[in-house]
Amino acid sequence: MPTLIKDRQLIDNPWRLLEKDVDLNAVLSDTAEHIVVPFALWQEHKDSLMDCAKEIAVWLDSEDDPYELANDVIDLPLICLNFPVFRDGRAFSAAVILRERLNYQGEIRAIGDVLRDQLFYMQKCGIDSFDLADGVNVENALEAFNDFSTSYMSTVEEPLPLFRRR
Amino acid sequence: MAELAEVEMHAIQTSGNCIRNTTTDQFAGVAVDEIEDSRPWCEIIRQWSSFHPEFAYLPRKFKIAVCGTPNDQAATQVHDIGLYIKKDNKGEIGFQVLVGGGLGRTPVIGATICEFLPWQHLLTYLDAIMRVYNRFGRRDNKYKARIKILVKALGVEAFREKVEAEWLYDKDGSATLTQNEVERCKGFFTDPDYQELDNTDQTIADAAASDLLFSHWLERNVAPHKKSGYRIVNLCLKETGVAPGDITDTQMEFVADLADKYSFGEVRVTHEQNLVLTDVRLQDLYTVYLALKTESLATPYLGLLNDIVCCPGGDFCSLANAKSIPIAESIQRRFEDFDVQKNIGEITLNISGCMNACGHHHVGNIGILGVDKKGAEFYQVTLGGSADRDTSLGKVLGPSFAQSEMPDVIDKIINVYLENRQENENFLATYNRIGMEPYKEKVYANAD
Repeated sequence: MPTLIKDRQLIDNPWRLLEKDVDLNAVLSDTAEHIVVPFALWQEHKDSLMDCAKEIAVWLDSEDDPYELANDVIDLPLICLNFPVFRDGRAFSAAVILRERLNYQGEIRAIGDVLRDQLFYMQKCGIDSFDLADGVNVENALEAFNDFSTSYMSTVEEPLPLFRRR
Repeated sequence: MAELAEVEMHAIQTSGNCIRNTTTDQFAGVAVDEIEDSRPWCEIIRQWSSFHPEFAYLPRKFKIAVCGTPNDQAATQVHDIGLYIKKDNKGEIGFQVLVGGGLGRTPVIGATICEFLPWQHLLTYLDAIMRVYNRFGRRDNKYKARIKILVKALGVEAFREKVEAEWLYDKDGSATLTQNEVERCKGFFTDPDYQELDNTDQTIADAAASDLLFSHWLERNVAPHKKSGYRIVNLCLKETGVAPGDITDTQMEFVADLADKYSFGEVRVTHEQNLVLTDVRLQDLYTVYLALKTESLATPYLGLLNDIVCCPGGDFCSLANAKSIPIAESIQRRFEDFDVQKNIGEITLNISGCMNACGHHHVGNIGILGVDKKGAEFYQVTLGGSADRDTSLGKVLGPSFAQSEMPDVIDKIINVYLENRQENENFLATYNRIGMEPYKEKVYANAD
């Protein structure tokens, strides 16, 4: 059963995510067509990865600096942001930076400890797909996007704060 | 929770590593010397911070205070962000922005990173501070996760540069505040239906002349009001024998009724563990006083020695290293005589039962901290703290004391002050002038 939500629907996940310690050969020899590589590998082998026949995406861990993707966002169809534990909220800011500062138009996916109660916030920060953590009730999670009808403040999803929409 | 919601109360963001509820001066909106009512600005910040999607999982909890009066009663400088409302020479409102203040195990006074932030930019600037903190604050150790540690680690100037760099993107963006929104929020904090009254009242003056306790109470617990003929009434919840700040349900119902009858239904709670009736007519003061007296709520020593701020301590709290309420009581019993307290004058005494500092002992003129020494409860004393506009952190007097020694220790400290004070000098001013040494000599004399 898929546990990936995109556009508020469950979808199959074509992407294979490779862990931090992989090398370039592991990517090239992998049978998958869509591969998410760790940030460090991307930084080191960007050109080779771009030249290979596969679709390549990147995942950032919570301490990685999204600004370092400034020149790459145009080439990436997907950027995954890792939540190593739900209370590590750095990836919320990373998503905002990718959207608002770097004007990233591709897909941003939350990975890691992605729980129901964070989905509403993630969506507001410009994250648009959600690879749920093990054990999260999928039906329940799909309702999270409607937890609140509106937000007071300016968000990626709705840049006008409520006071400019009244 | 549903019942709370019926009276416009909630518990949202009252725990967790998020932006907690914004606090301010208990006299906001009624203080005679106010620069600007801070409440609408608190409300603007409350709305911005409620369910803020980016800042709900910060490294640690986060507290913001706003102060609109020259006499800071909000402990602004010991908050994660402190905002002093100012006016520039054109009369425009802005904020002096301080970051990285806090108490607890690492007490720090906030550092100014912006001298004057025009009001339009309040939220974008707060966003910038929060983003820097969210990204770079430590998450590996919860004792080093508050913003004060980040500001110290980077240095104030480097922190300011990061904030300014972040702010450049959002400055003048859609989150820039509008006059309309400020006016709308001010609309939530309008004046009650004040009457036009004289600012003097002969019957009250006569009552004060004939009732000594009432005159004490008038002098200590009643503050001037921005509106002629009105006064701010403070209920000092420091009756000796009752835990500081405690009030029974019966008393609370009584205060609520009193507020309905005499203060437009408004009661406020202070971080000094007292209550405030914000809008009492001068002509009603004696009636209100007599009513309060029937419920033991007319204790006339606001701001004096027995107005002790005290955490629940070891009697109630599982984090505590030592009891604190019995210490407060033993000191209150020693100084119970009002004339003694009045002679000592303005002073703050704060007690915490552990280094989490819920009793704000670092910013008490006299601070008492309960410590655990090989399983026994001892008390460390600090002098010279203040939460005023000139905030300062107390310095440790010396080795700690047993519980039974505490009243004598405080007595000696007070005596050093009384022997050394110059005209009109309060406890803090004398300490700042003569330093720690005379206190140390007196307290530890013959100790060996």
